[in-house]
Amino acid sequence: MTGGRESAADEWVDDHAGPVVRPYAVTGGRARPVTGTFDLISLVTATRADTGAESGLGPEHLAIVALCQRIQSVAEIAAHLDLPVGTVRVLLGDLVARSLVEVREPRATSAGLPDESVFEAVINGLRAL
Amino acid sequence: MDYGRSERPAGAAPLPTAIKILVAGGFGVGKTTLVGAVSETRPLRTEEVLTETGVGIDDLSGVEGKSTTTVAMDFGRITISDDLVVYLFGTPGQDRFWFVWDELALGAIGAVVLADTRRLADCFPSIDYFEGRGTPFVVAVNCFEGARNYRLDEVQAALDLDPGVPVVLCDARERESAKEVLVTLLEHAMKLREARRRAAED
Ligand SMILES: Nc1nc2c(ncn2[C@@H]2O[C@H](COP(=O)(O)OP(=O)(O)O)[C@@H](O)[C@H]2O)c(=O)[nH]1
Ligand SMILES: [Mg+2]
Repeated sequence: MTGGRESAADEWVDDHAGPVVRPYAVTGGRARPVTGTFDLISLVTATRADTGAESGLGPEHLAIVALCQRIQSVAEIAAHLDLPVGTVRVLLGDLVARSLVEVREPRATSAGLPDESVFEAVINGLRAL
Repeated sequence: MDYGRSERPAGAAPLPTAIKILVAGGFGVGKTTLVGAVSETRPLRTEEVLTETGVGIDDLSGVEGKSTTTVAMDFGRITISDDLVVYLFGTPGQDRFWFVWDELALGAIGAVVLADTRRLADCFPSIDYFEGRGTPFVVAVNCFEGARNYRLDEVQAALDLDPGVPVVLCDARERESAKEVLVTLLEHAMKLREARRRAAED
């Protein structure tokens, strides 16, 4: 279990209900983010040190803002919070709507592949590992 | 598209570019091992919830009545520089997880298909998928017992691969070997990109 999750939302989760119910509780039943699409490798960074007096946020929202003091991908956030990616997308939508996080979607080019300089940088970077 | 950009303090460094590479192949072929061998931390795990209708949860009313299942993906990260990060995703190799594949393959710059010579057929679905999508891929024959008894051109023929698709031998447990596989993939993807660009010009 990840720390900081043993509150609010978990209390009304039925232990026997199976793996889908906790995510359902975390998002209040919402399946889609209010804004954004969020690729697995979209990078997320918090715009503030904490959420301040924002109301209507749950412990998972706060956990994301805390985690994203350092840049994280959507996949990393999901892994660290031990929540399905779909659930994390909904939470991120809430945070974007409040301007609490900034998101960078992966760069897509018309050809679907990044330019040569990116390839060369990755190749050189790998060789230097 | 970027979101919330206006909130970013003036003068803050731009967020890095993230690159996605897939590691595919049958169960137990060494996907997680390879991801772990080159990543800067041990592999992380995320889950997607699948419903009868596919990925994501469209309507959770009456959750009990729906068959849901989760697909786990292992992934790792390689920070190349302050402005470039590579994510490697080990993708579940079964046909019934197409939904996850589609999401993963979107925007991926290429894929490593891991093969085990004792059960080569396990990587057919992965190869078919990437060929169909036009995703650049290489085949890496993982060094399980007996792998060295095969010549790489025999593997290439057995898999009915395009002659241009690189086939290499690897040991997914070894960092150097895993790195070499990724470099081979990137060089191949770069070549394909160039060829496609030329073809588009003609
Ligand atoms: N002999 C040998 N064993 C390997 C190699 N790569 C992976 N393994 C082992 O094969 C097993 C399955 O590997 P894993 O990475 O979990 O496979 P996955 O299901 O594709 O993610 C593990 O016990 C690994 O230690 C290899 O190159 N050589
Ligand atoms: Mg695995």
